[in-house]
Amino acid sequence: MNDSDTIAAISTSLGNGGIHIIRISGSDSFDIIKKVFRKGKLCREFDADLYDSHTIHYGYIYHENKCIDEVMVSIFKAPDSYTREDTAEINCHGGSYVAKRILKIVTDSGARLSAPGEFTKRSFINGRIDLSQAEAVMDIIRSQNEYSLMASVNHLKGDIKEKITNIRDAILYHIAYIEAALDDPEHYQLGNYVTDIKDKINDTINELTLLNKSYDNGRIINEGITTAIIGKPNVGKSSFLNFIMKDDRAIVTDIPGTTRDIIEYSININNITLNLIDTAGIHDTDDHIEKIGIEKTLDVIKKAQLIICMFDISREFDKEDEYILSLINDCNSIILLNKSDSDKRMDTENIKTHQRCIEFSTVSGEGYDEFANMLEDMFLKGNINIENETYITNIRHTESIDNSIKSLKLVVENIESGMPEDLISIDMLDAYNYLGEITGDTMSDDLIDKIFCEFCMGK
Amino acid sequence: MNNTLEYNYDVVVVGAGHAGCEAALCVARLGYKTIIFTVSIESIAMMPCNPNIGGTSKGHLVREIDALGGQMGINIDKTFIQSRMLNKSKGPAVHSLRAQADKKNYSYQMRKTLENTCGLDIKQAEISSIITEDNQIKGVRTTSGTIYYAKAVILCTGVYLKAKCISGSDISYTGPNGLSAANSLSQSLIDNGIEIRRFKTGTPARVDKRTIDFSKMNEQKGDETITPFSFTNKEEDIKREQISCWLTYTNERTHDIIKNNIDRSPLYSGVIEGTGPRYCPSIEDKVMRFSDKNRHQVFIEPEGEYTNEMYVGGMSTSLPEDVQYSMYRSVPGLENVHIVRNGYAIEYDCINPLQLKQSLEFKHISGLFAAGQINGSSGYEEAAAQGLMAGINSVMYIRGDKPVIIDRSQGYMGVLIDDLVTKGTNEPYRMMTSRAEYRLLLRQDNADQRLTPTGYKLGLIDEERYRAYLNKMDMIREEHNRIKEVHISPSKEVNDILESYNTTPITTGISLEELIRRPELSYKKTAPFDKKRKILDDDITEQVENMIKYEGYIARQIRQVEQYRKMERKLIPEDIDYNSIGNLRLEAVQKLNQVRPVSIGQASRISGVSPADVTVLLVYVKSLQKEDKNI
Repeated sequence: MNDSDTIAAISTSLGNGGIHIIRISGSDSFDIIKKVFRKGKLCREFDADLYDSHTIHYGYIYHENKCIDEVMVSIFKAPDSYTREDTAEINCHGGSYVAKRILKIVTDSGARLSAPGEFTKRSFINGRIDLSQAEAVMDIIRSQNEYSLMASVNHLKGDIKEKITNIRDAILYHIAYIEAALDDPEHYQLGNYVTDIKDKINDTINELTLLNKSYDNGRIINEGITTAIIGKPNVGKSSFLNFIMKDDRAIVTDIPGTTRDIIEYSININNITLNLIDTAGIHDTDDHIEKIGIEKTLDVIKKAQLIICMFDISREFDKEDEYILSLINDCNSIILLNKSDSDKRMDTENIKTHQRCIEFSTVSGEGYDEFANMLEDMFLKGNINIENETYITNIRHTESIDNSIKSLKLVVENIESGMPEDLISIDMLDAYNYLGEITGDTMSDDLIDKIFCEFCMGK
Repeated sequence: MNNTLEYNYDVVVVGAGHAGCEAALCVARLGYKTIIFTVSIESIAMMPCNPNIGGTSKGHLVREIDALGGQMGINIDKTFIQSRMLNKSKGPAVHSLRAQADKKNYSYQMRKTLENTCGLDIKQAEISSIITEDNQIKGVRTTSGTIYYAKAVILCTGVYLKAKCISGSDISYTGPNGLSAANSLSQSLIDNGIEIRRFKTGTPARVDKRTIDFSKMNEQKGDETITPFSFTNKEEDIKREQISCWLTYTNERTHDIIKNNIDRSPLYSGVIEGTGPRYCPSIEDKVMRFSDKNRHQVFIEPEGEYTNEMYVGGMSTSLPEDVQYSMYRSVPGLENVHIVRNGYAIEYDCINPLQLKQSLEFKHISGLFAAGQINGSSGYEEAAAQGLMAGINSVMYIRGDKPVIIDRSQGYMGVLIDDLVTKGTNEPYRMMTSRAEYRLLLRQDNADQRLTPTGYKLGLIDEERYRAYLNKMDMIREEHNRIKEVHISPSKEVNDILESYNTTPITTGISLEELIRRPELSYKKTAPFDKKRKILDDDITEQVENMIKYEGYIARQIRQVEQYRKMERKLIPEDIDYNSIGNLRLEAVQKLNQVRPVSIGQASRISGVSPADVTVLLVYVKSLQKEDKNI
């Protein structure tokens, strides 16, 4: 762990608080504030050196010339702060979304996400806390580290963990090959090895980028939104259900028919839990309306907080479609124009007047991102319950994945510019280690073991 | 009647292999009365396995030994018969020098150096025990009963402790080449609480050159331009006629012969119990473990200028003699080969290096040091590097000074020793470039920058050499600064040359530094743009070029090193009681108790000590310091 860099964290509970505080500590704190904060109504540049310690300043957080939030920033100059380092606290508006956004801007501007107990640790190391508290501090660090590691690893859904593990394995193999060839050039020739793997590295970057999108808002379990999928027979309700349930980004939980017996599945997309009701009909026959009848459908629509309404655009728009469209008029709904990958027969002009309408394909996945974003827009505006640990876990993962993507991009860049292989493997190793932070695996002697296990080395 | 002979020395060195020679020379050169023991005068600096010095990462070690004032680089420069810079087409960090040695001459020249070093005595005798008192070394006793008292003892026993050579069912209890094994010392070490382990290594057959058909092999010549190992030599000082090596391959038939006889292999039948190195496996191991490979390279290397013996590199074996014959004879060019010496495996006692401090002194016996294969390493260069450091630190010990530790950011030597004493090893440890995390800084071309000032301070580098070194550094700095100032304007002449190198022409002015940084260009290729360039030695321009070309990565590694050093400077009190730190996990407590790291940094490299443990340790150590202040 590095004690000299600048760390940041949301130091308020990520619940429904009125305000949130993002705390930044370390020698770069004020530089970071300078980058992200503009003072006063006139949005002036803010130079902490010009102000006394323990002062508070009104202004705005800006990112890429866009105003993110109206905030108050407090500055505490070393050594008169909790950590005895330069510290700044950004008081922003409630709503975890804004706080997370600001934290991300702060970490992108040079701070590192703090480890559990790290502010307290620094406070102790820098002599702020007295001796009697040392034991307590160690307890905190111990338990928080273990908890967070456990939480971190536990929150990884099986297939995501598998995905990251596979990516790591592939990267390690490449490093091991390069290193084997560097260490034993008479037995292993590099030839065009690195140019040959460039495409694979690019694929990996794409894969990780996709993975990270899913993390953007973390995954949390909350009360959830009662959701129904409706549509004519064979519009693809069942494929849609299968598609989102299979997608890595959706957390699917089977809810046994106890108290809320109408809920079949709970699916979490971008922090939003959709409790799917009455999916039985969809699975069995994809023949909902005919079999159970209009009445039942009306009943479902009444119960649901969100309706996902599907149309098949490879077919003509008919009376039945028209009727369904009329049903959702006053509801919270999203229309999916399915089979966007096939020839379009439906005249969708009429449907597209609907506020939320997406062209979708369960084959290519087209429209899924839009769907997820739409959900976020609809439900994640400020007020949502977020469990701290899960959130922290997720942002940590995002940071690690981001870092590994950066390293891999350097790899590609260096391959293209013809840099020597021994430099290329340095960045690959970085990427490998960043991903290890997610799965909780440390480097130790992986590489040497891999070299010996895969390659026949030496005299 | 008491006939026991007794002598007094400052330092006793047990063993005159590559570790022992460096250790003894260094101690004697620093002015301490030294004696070096060997079971045979003929075996001083003997090379019982491969006939070369250097290679990937090992070449770095030799350059570092030389930069610090050791002997190996000078000795191989005197005695090489072929020299090659490996990995030349790759990045500068992995350029590695390797030279074929005339084994006999290498040994002879080293012996001559030893014999002519003031204050250094050579003695042919076997040491049977070490003498200790109150956990302090007092001296050694030979098998004849003579006692040599010393303030410090350095064990460099190589593979001789209870050595056992195995070739099929032919087992002899000797060291390499039938030299007598040291059979008593192990017990004495055990009696002194030292943990002993058993490792194994092996060597291929030596064959008669006259029975080889070289027309079926590929010739491997030396480099035209020779880079000396020693910073004291220039190319013209050492240039000579070079002798070729030869490359051939095993084939399916070779592999079948091995597979059909695998039950007769002592490795597979369980006769050999020691752990062998994964780095240079025997040919039977290669064939069995990598069965998908249908051929393996075989390097035929001369053992010297005046011998017909050739080393069969890549085919180390302990199979019985008849299998060796059919196996070697299945290789193209070796159809009629005559084996002069059979290949064999050798088992030997070594210590668990976790018992050592970073100075290579035993934690529980002060004044006793160990270096080389006894510490679980393999290779001449690894041995020599440890020998030099053990020698230096035995002197520091006698003087009561702080040990000299080359850390992981200063040299491969540091990586080697830190790995051994911090992580330990379960097989003969070989240096590899991938083990060095800051390898871009640990290049073979800048070993002098990293270590010569230390060698000078110690007194191992003389005034004249140091001045030459300083002069070289000035020239590097000057040239680097000059290049930053050179500005190139676009012109037809310039762009024609750029295009001829397949690099983008320039449209606006650009610094020469920027041009050199382009992968297609180099310091040499930019000469036509650089009218005021002086003629400088290659070792100077090479460093300037590396500094420019890899600036970004070098800067990155320097930042990492700063971080690393910070952790190394956070010291852990020697008397720390890990059991009393309730927040550490049990596994961490056990490992920490075993290794007893000197710093938080070292603690963080121990496997089984998690980052959380390290943080807990950090807080605990900090709290102890505060307690001290409060008192």
